[in-house]
Amino acid sequence: MSTVSWITARGLLGRRRFLLLFPLPVLLVLLAVLSRALGVDPGAWGPPVLVGLGLAVVLPVIALIVGTGVLGAEIDDGTVVHILTKPLPRWQIVLPKLAVAAGVTAVTVAVPLYVAGVLASSVWVGLALAAAAAIGALAYCALFLALSLVTRRPVLLGLVYVLIWEGLLGNFVSGTKVLSIQQYVIALADRFAPTELLATDVSVPVAAVMSALITIGFTALAVDRLRSFSVAGDTS
Amino acid sequence: MSVTSVEPRSAPAPTGSRLDLAGVSRWYGNVVAVNDVSMSLGPGVTGLLGPNGAGKTTLLHMMAGFLAPSRGAVTLDGTPTWRNPEVYRRLGLVSEREAVHTFLTAYEFVLASARLHRLPDPSEAARRAIALVELEGAQSRRIGTYSKGMRQRARVAAALVHDPQVLLLDEPFNGMDPRQRLHMMDLLHRLGGAGRTILFSSHILEEVEQLSGTVQVMVAGRLAASGDFRTIRRLMTNRPHVFGVRSTDDRALAVALMAEPSVTGVELGRGGLTVRVSDYGAFTRALPKVAPAHGIRVRQLVPEDESLESVFSYLVEA
Repeated sequence: MSTVSWITARGLLGRRRFLLLFPLPVLLVLLAVLSRALGVDPGAWGPPVLVGLGLAVVLPVIALIVGTGVLGAEIDDGTVVHILTKPLPRWQIVLPKLAVAAGVTAVTVAVPLYVAGVLASSVWVGLALAAAAAIGALAYCALFLALSLVTRRPVLLGLVYVLIWEGLLGNFVSGTKVLSIQQYVIALADRFAPTELLATDVSVPVAAVMSALITIGFTALAVDRLRSFSVAGDTS
Repeated sequence: MSVTSVEPRSAPAPTGSRLDLAGVSRWYGNVVAVNDVSMSLGPGVTGLLGPNGAGKTTLLHMMAGFLAPSRGAVTLDGTPTWRNPEVYRRLGLVSEREAVHTFLTAYEFVLASARLHRLPDPSEAARRAIALVELEGAQSRRIGTYSKGMRQRARVAAALVHDPQVLLLDEPFNGMDPRQRLHMMDLLHRLGGAGRTILFSSHILEEVEQLSGTVQVMVAGRLAASGDFRTIRRLMTNRPHVFGVRSTDDRALAVALMAEPSVTGVELGRGGLTVRVSDYGAFTRALPKVAPAHGIRVRQLVPEDESLESVFSYLVEA
């Protein structure tokens, strides 16, 4: 484990903010278990719980908390200076942080999605959801990590993207779905284990290519922004 | 504290590094934080003195490659510091913000720095740096439990772990108790004596006086004075002063004071006398003799423009 990822993991797991990660996944599993126990038809509870809650809320929100936190929290409290005053090429700072963020997000989201997928349909659907969510975690984290370097309000901007762009516009203006990580995740999961519970207009090749482009593009942006990182001159 | 008593370390740096600023300016919108500053820093300890808001931190950030100059260039041994992480092999920075990873112990924190520098023996380097700031006793406690002065030392240790040629410190004595302050001064002295280029900023005259022979004075974004500290100190003490004086007989005292060569003007007001003085030392010695000689008792003597800002703005005009 590189020193950067070690410090990042310690910082992420050591902060109280980390506790924010748990309620949503727990809620997801709880709803799935409850629906299954009450004998509700999976066709009825599957889409709202798996997609409506799991992929549309839990995945992006967890990625938002973690993705903006791995670098954003250090920028906020000034500790980023310690890592920046080292003779490291900036990609060696961004990549480990992205890896930690994507890893933590993937684990936090994939496990409850797997459980919910198994309860709703089959082990294969569970695995497909988990795998697609892991890919989505990487793309989301790359986006939110870059956001934490281009704006002082990364959480707000990220929420606007998740809630307004993906959540609201995605339902009314179908064209916006081409630029929605959530739709890529649905398309990929449906490809891994075809099920009538998951439906999207985005084709699988588009989803795969766009996920890769978003991940690479925003990571490159983050590296470049970090290269010209300016300490705020607010004191004097 | 005398510079001559400081022995250089056993292995002095082969060549000192030079940090050069050429016509450096930095503005935020239409606010100019640093205005056309040029200086060249070589081995030894240099103080960057100026009141709060003078642009010291902005200047230090540009030196450390954390801010692009709006105009001009900052170079370390000829290479620019902006967008060039390689300079950190030779440069260390202790920023003013008390930012540390509070969840780490000091040893872990310094060790992480050593590892990030890819030093051949990180644990040995970390131990050496911690010993240098005398933090061995507390090194395995979480930094979150430290006092402000201890945190500062942990940060200095992290900045020194790769034995940099140039060390920049922003207000390093803030929040330190007198013993820690002395120890830090001694440490910087030794590093400077060993051929390192040390620059520290301060808004406190006495700190700079005790620590550095050369000083750069910044006021309102401009370099107001630069050079030998004693020369600048003389400029500061010889500047005109204004005192407010109350006594048992203000009018009689005004007459008596006007006879003093050190006094350039006296104004009689409702709240007492306002005395303008050309020589601080001569006046403060003269007043206690003049007043009793005329049977007057001085009730109050208040220097009216002792704020650092007024001292500095005088330097700008001088």
